[in-house]
Amino acid sequence: MLDRAATALRGLGSRVTSRLWRLGFASRFFLATLLYSGPSFRRFFLTVREIYFTGVLSLIIILVSGLFVGMVLGLQGYDTLQRYGSSEALGILVALSLVRELGPVVSALLFASRAGSAITAEIGLMKATEQLSAMEMMAVNPIARVVAPRFWAGVISMPLLAALFSAMGIFGGYLVGVVLIGVDEGSFWSQMQASVDFREDIVNGVIKSAVFGILVSWIAVFEGYDSEPTAEGVSGATTRTVVTSSLVILAADFVLTAFMFRGA
Amino acid sequence: MNRMTLDLWVGVFVAIGLGALLFLALKVGNLASTNTGETYVLKANFDNIGGLKVRAPVKSAGVVVGRVSDIRLDGERYEAVVTMNISSQFMFPRDTFAKIRTSGLLGEQYIGLAVGGDTELFKPGESVKKTESAMVLEDLVGQFLFDKAAEGKDKK
Repeated sequence: MLDRAATALRGLGSRVTSRLWRLGFASRFFLATLLYSGPSFRRFFLTVREIYFTGVLSLIIILVSGLFVGMVLGLQGYDTLQRYGSSEALGILVALSLVRELGPVVSALLFASRAGSAITAEIGLMKATEQLSAMEMMAVNPIARVVAPRFWAGVISMPLLAALFSAMGIFGGYLVGVVLIGVDEGSFWSQMQASVDFREDIVNGVIKSAVFGILVSWIAVFEGYDSEPTAEGVSGATTRTVVTSSLVILAADFVLTAFMFRGA
Repeated sequence: MNRMTLDLWVGVFVAIGLGALLFLALKVGNLASTNTGETYVLKANFDNIGGLKVRAPVKSAGVVVGRVSDIRLDGERYEAVVTMNISSQFMFPRDTFAKIRTSGLLGEQYIGLAVGGDTELFKPGESVKKTESAMVLEDLVGQFLFDKAAEGKDKK
């Protein structure tokens, strides 16, 4: 009895310490990435190549889901607002919810599952096939050559993707609200412009998506670099990337929102 | 894929991303309308500002001429001091009345400037002397009930 309790306690302790150890390693890894990110800007083509894979290839999913999210917002928002006779406020509802929350958060979630998992799998497989060790043998720093360009590509792509998502969503809301249902076009745009503030709403949304970009890219490259060099290890690391970054995005969104939109 | 096409695609991506940001800033947000140029500061003291908020519009004859930039309580006189940024295109006479109004029945509150006939104009940083507080619904209802009660007494 006592033996079993001791084993359980020991298991708990070792799990906690291993989590803490990983967190510490991840932080050190983050600093190393920043430190060795010189080449990704000096030889900018390295980063451009990764922007192609993380950003450009995510365009379709971001644009299509942005359009549909906006269209759903248009339908649902109209249904609720017309009960209070204020269907002209549809523009405000669609724009504010997209620019403040849905744009950064949903595009970050999509980005984590579309691009983050791919980054992890790629780096993990490079490690499993000992390409990273081979680079070290040739005196090429794998963090500078492989990790940093992917990290920066994610950081650069994320705010652009979030802005595209929001813009596409507002267009979707416009399609459903104005073209399909027939909300007055003038008041749709003018009420939107009157209540969406550049500094408060749009800049804060961009800051959010930049933070999410940093977090997702960091988690993705770290999980890849830290993965066990086996087929199973790589698949586990890919799953962990998606799960951890989704949770981190939502938690960070709460913290950022609490800072940005408190009171007012 | 060769380097040229890759650069082209990334260029297209960055361009439409920045285009989307520009669209958000100009068409969705109010960047185009807020930066109308120079502003100057006017202050006004109110007994009660009701639900007035920072960034609420300041209107004259229904046209937005500025925004509320700061609201604080005067610790000595227990009055609300409202600071407004007014567009420099518009100068107001010294006997201008500042009233807190509500747009619609339940809409947001704004400051309405009712222009007087004085020939002298406000200088930047001055305080509006004549102000009218926000209409507080509870006070209005209370007043109404009080008046009704008084009427009933007169009839007896």
